[in-house]
Amino acid sequence: MTLADFGWAIARIAIMLGFLLSVLPVVIWLERRALAWFQNRIGPNRLGPFGLLQPMADAVKLFFKEEIVPANADRFIWALAPALSLFPALVAAATIPWGPNRLLTPVADVDIGVLYFLAMSSLAAYGVLLAGWSSNNKYSLLGGLRSSAQVISYELGMGLALATAVLAAGSFRMTTIVEMQAQPLWGVAPFLHNWLIFTPWGLIGGALFFVCMLAETNRAPFDLPEAESELVAGYQTEYSSMKFAAFFMGEYIAILAICGVMTTCFLGGYLAPINWSPIQALGEGGGMWGVLATLTGALMPPLWFIGKLFGLFFSFLWIRATLLRLRYDQLMNLGWRFLIPVGLVNLALLTVYVVAGWVPALIGYAVAIAVYFLVFGVRRPERRTVALLSEAQPYRPKEAQSG
Amino acid sequence: MVERILFFALATVAIVSAGGVVFSRNPVRSALLLVLNFFTLALIYFMLSAQFIGALQVIVYAGAIMVLFLFVIMLLNLGSPEAVMQERDLKRPLAYLIGFGILATLVGQAFALLLPMPPQPPSQAGTAKVIGQALFTQWAYPVLLMGVLLTVGVIGSILLARRRVS
Repeated sequence: MTLADFGWAIARIAIMLGFLLSVLPVVIWLERRALAWFQNRIGPNRLGPFGLLQPMADAVKLFFKEEIVPANADRFIWALAPALSLFPALVAAATIPWGPNRLLTPVADVDIGVLYFLAMSSLAAYGVLLAGWSSNNKYSLLGGLRSSAQVISYELGMGLALATAVLAAGSFRMTTIVEMQAQPLWGVAPFLHNWLIFTPWGLIGGALFFVCMLAETNRAPFDLPEAESELVAGYQTEYSSMKFAAFFMGEYIAILAICGVMTTCFLGGYLAPINWSPIQALGEGGGMWGVLATLTGALMPPLWFIGKLFGLFFSFLWIRATLLRLRYDQLMNLGWRFLIPVGLVNLALLTVYVVAGWVPALIGYAVAIAVYFLVFGVRRPERRTVALLSEAQPYRPKEAQSG
Repeated sequence: MVERILFFALATVAIVSAGGVVFSRNPVRSALLLVLNFFTLALIYFMLSAQFIGALQVIVYAGAIMVLFLFVIMLLNLGSPEAVMQERDLKRPLAYLIGFGILATLVGQAFALLLPMPPQPPSQAGTAKVIGQALFTQWAYPVLLMGVLLTVGVIGSILLARRRVS
């Protein structure tokens, strides 16, 4: 490793962390304004243009708040937990390429890019779990336990969804996954890019990944670990001042990282939907058009990436403003009984495509869908009338219910 | 040179944390130190260009198994381990035997490294491709048998945990 390599590596890390940390206030502002808009409120609009400086004011406020340590907390682990929740979030994005320039992105173009992301996101459970335990508070503990159970359950579905991208590209390397999607759409439309989401396996895998990513980041409708109506604020009940802010930052950075993975693996990464390279080639001759072509060639891919990132983040907000929180048994049933079997069948049919081509694969999909509807029928939404108050409490086992 | 310094730093952290797992009185701290140990081991795997094994080490051991361990420890809320220490049966001598046996083997291996050896070519053994090819060609039947074993384990645990329907 020469000195120049070292310098480039530092530059890559600085750019990624700089982007993640500088975009954080914008993301928080966007969340508050968009939620307000969905709920017919105004939201923070006083400080700066459109209220953009509000997150800065909040950060200053959090800095100067008094920090209260619970009397019977395990102090060392209590202080360690916010750091443990921030660290995996900050490093998880290291293998995501956000542009075609290999000197500036990704931080490490390693052979195991997708596995690295899964490893780092699986470490994220510790921060929440330990925060809940060390606070010595029943609401915190329940929040921590719920969160870890949820993260473990949905990690499997997430792995299966990511495996479709890995299998389609034939590599764990994220840059290879993006390059695979740069081919002509379905092999026939050379002016369009073959994003994985446009294929049947990619569509199902992407949908599964989207659900799992909401659950992994503890966002609505899977935000049981911090359900205000039941658990005060869940695992972060006892935290104040900058430790609370660290949890908040970790959560939002993890959301950005996981949106980046979704963008890379299913939405074509930094690629535009339309293949501009023939038009770009026209400008290679030089002059004004040449300058324009070089500029757009260098600037547009990152902008596409950031655009997709924010589009996904906005869909997070849309879902948060629209859907109700799931019950715990519904959450577990969705994860284990629906997402994992669908992911397995999808993966099996993708291997059919890889081995035998797209005709048997499409027939396989048709057969799978037909079998599903033959076995389960068209399921109507379950309607139940709650006759007794005791039936409305979901956490008691059947035998314990009265009446 | 840099690699050697990194290795010794990581190895020190790994050994100290492994010692902490055994000597810590608090089960939660023991479990946390074990996570740290697994993580540093994964970093050592990365340094030995066994990236795939390192990533799996973090995903499986540090990420999944230890979270379950912590989960159980927190749910049971084990206090001090005094109660466990007092029971006298075959477990303790057996544990000493196995532990010191493994230690002796490892120390023997370490001394064997002092003997002069031909320089090893840098291996590609740790990448996903090489491991996948080995597993699904040379070791295909053992892999299938492991799959059957794991399935049996899953079915067994579901049977044990199943709620009795009266």
